[in-house]
Amino acid sequence: MTASNTKIVNNIEVPALARVEGEGGLYIGVQDGKIKEIRVDIYEPPRFFEGFLRGRSMFEVPDITARICGICPVAYQMSAVNALEASQGVTVTPAIRALRKLLYCAEYIESHALHIFLLQAPDLLGQESAISLAAVAPEVVTKALRMKKVGNAILRVIGGRSVHPVSTVVGGFYRWPEKENLTALLPELEWSLTAAAETVRWATTLPYPDLEIDCEYVALHHPQEYGVLDGEIVSSSGQKISVAEYEKYYLEEHVRHSNSLHSHTRDGKKYMVGPLARLNLNSEQLGPAAQSLMKELKIKPPIHNPFKALLARTLELIDAYEDAIRLIKGYNPEGPSRVEFEPKAGEGCGASEAPRGLLFHKYSVDGQGLVQKARIVPPTSQNLARMEADLWEFAPKVLDKPHEQATLACEHLVRSYDPCISCATHFVRWECKDGE
Amino acid sequence: MPAPCKTTVAVFKFSSCDGCQLQLLNMEDEILSLANEVEIAYFLEARRRTLPGPYDVALVEGSVTTPDEVERIKAIRGQSKFLVALGTCATAGGIQALRNYADADEYARAVYPHPEYLHFLPTATPIAEHVPVDLELWGCPINKGDFLEVISALLQNRKPNLPQHSVCLECKRRGLACVIVAKNTLCLGPATRSGCGALCPSCGRGCYGCFGPQPGMDLNSLVPTLRAMEKERGETARLLRHVSGYAPAFSKAAESILEEEKKQ
Repeated sequence: MTASNTKIVNNIEVPALARVEGEGGLYIGVQDGKIKEIRVDIYEPPRFFEGFLRGRSMFEVPDITARICGICPVAYQMSAVNALEASQGVTVTPAIRALRKLLYCAEYIESHALHIFLLQAPDLLGQESAISLAAVAPEVVTKALRMKKVGNAILRVIGGRSVHPVSTVVGGFYRWPEKENLTALLPELEWSLTAAAETVRWATTLPYPDLEIDCEYVALHHPQEYGVLDGEIVSSSGQKISVAEYEKYYLEEHVRHSNSLHSHTRDGKKYMVGPLARLNLNSEQLGPAAQSLMKELKIKPPIHNPFKALLARTLELIDAYEDAIRLIKGYNPEGPSRVEFEPKAGEGCGASEAPRGLLFHKYSVDGQGLVQKARIVPPTSQNLARMEADLWEFAPKVLDKPHEQATLACEHLVRSYDPCISCATHFVRWECKDGE
Repeated sequence: MPAPCKTTVAVFKFSSCDGCQLQLLNMEDEILSLANEVEIAYFLEARRRTLPGPYDVALVEGSVTTPDEVERIKAIRGQSKFLVALGTCATAGGIQALRNYADADEYARAVYPHPEYLHFLPTATPIAEHVPVDLELWGCPINKGDFLEVISALLQNRKPNLPQHSVCLECKRRGLACVIVAKNTLCLGPATRSGCGALCPSCGRGCYGCFGPQPGMDLNSLVPTLRAMEKERGETARLLRHVSGYAPAFSKAAESILEEEKKQ
């Protein structure tokens, strides 16, 4: 510690953020009662996925990109197959697409239930973790774990295991899952649907800190459904572009305190992706269960309080259960589980909505189907600049509180984004690679 | 206050995807009773409260890829009685160890506009290359059943009973048709440690070695078989250089294939 320590007494320093995925810290420099500097530090080491994807067969890509994130491997598999299939001009059958949607529902269930109850709720309930929460409200945690478990069960039936499932391939699935193994999960999904309705009601009663931000929201939009698996990219400024145009409109820069790049729109605006962005842009497309709860509870998007991403997650959670039930009841595996094709040279972009937000992939492959270039833009890197901007709004409101309370409140803001820091540390700048 | 006699367990993350830590949180039926049995003293992904060391058991996920991590693993070893390397990143470097066969500086220049902002090592290495490890639990991700066996064994002061056979044997047990024989599909199952329950063959595809090389397995007989099945050159080498690619047996086998191919 230096002599300046005597002047700077109220810095908020969180060297290692808890209840987030990956390694990050938070620093808010305060001098004479004024905030001088805010940094969400990303020190999760870079893992260079785009580097070692080069030279791999496109059919190995979903297995490799899954390893970017243990919580949302399906998202990394789906954006990858979308991009690679686009590079090959391959379109999958409706039956394959439906099973992919079911797989994605399972990941939303597992990831959202984890974040709602185990990662963010402790902040709103004055607890340090779900472990301490279980000591005072065991019924909440027991219910949460049961709700989460059925998501993992679907992942296992379709993909063999919940972390890094193995059935996804460019063109479809290695095999169809057995229908009876899926229908066996229906009673548990019905129970979860009811539990999720209670969860939405509960989420409207939580004491969210006050914060209204003015920000641009960006998400996928699909004409027929709540956009998750694919679609066009829309923004709250009214812009609508194809996934292939993403790089023209959304740019990244490398900042010194981060092993991650920060994103902004091409006119320099910091934007938000994730559950709140999706809800604000596509809420009318949520299914009947979520719609009736929004009506009952008078939830009227757009919502501009980032802490309330939890509420958006609960609506997406109930939607995922409802959709999973519908998809399992309608599951009728017909025809081959995989579209066969001969690899050819090509370039393709693909995106899907990871639980944490828009996930963009781009690949170029050669005539043998080997990857020549890869680029991945994860949701957390797109949200990083937004997190810091929100903290500039929020931190002054809590500075007068006791130090520990102020620190906790700022940490909570970062956690409400569900940052996935392991994901956020491997980006490529396409232009650099062109210079090879 | 926790009873002072409880075993203290600390979970640490190095370079990884968090998937093995998530496997701990995915023990929906067991996690709360486990939290009662042991004192979870340090587990940042799950709880904000941290207790200072020393710890009875350290569970370490991830591989060592930065100068900071080299120092951190030494400090953790210094305050832990029993250290478990958790998952294939910790036991073999994991997928990011593919950089060990390339120029990491070149990767950094290609990936980041300002590579000078980064601090990283040219290699991603397993925990045992840096400090003594008491037990290695393989898997990408780890198997929850294996993990519970390790924890139970530690609490009961006995040796854990972990699978010692190959994925190949698992297929036979499950009555699955061999994908090498029946589908002419490349599969590392005969040389890979069991732990997944023959997941990939049960999906009609070949094993890619998530649980690392089966100890004592002879790759010299498998590799020529696989190479004879290749539809394109390099398939076998790529299969070996996957998530467990830096494990010595797989690494050596891939290297000799590549050297041979270079000569041709």
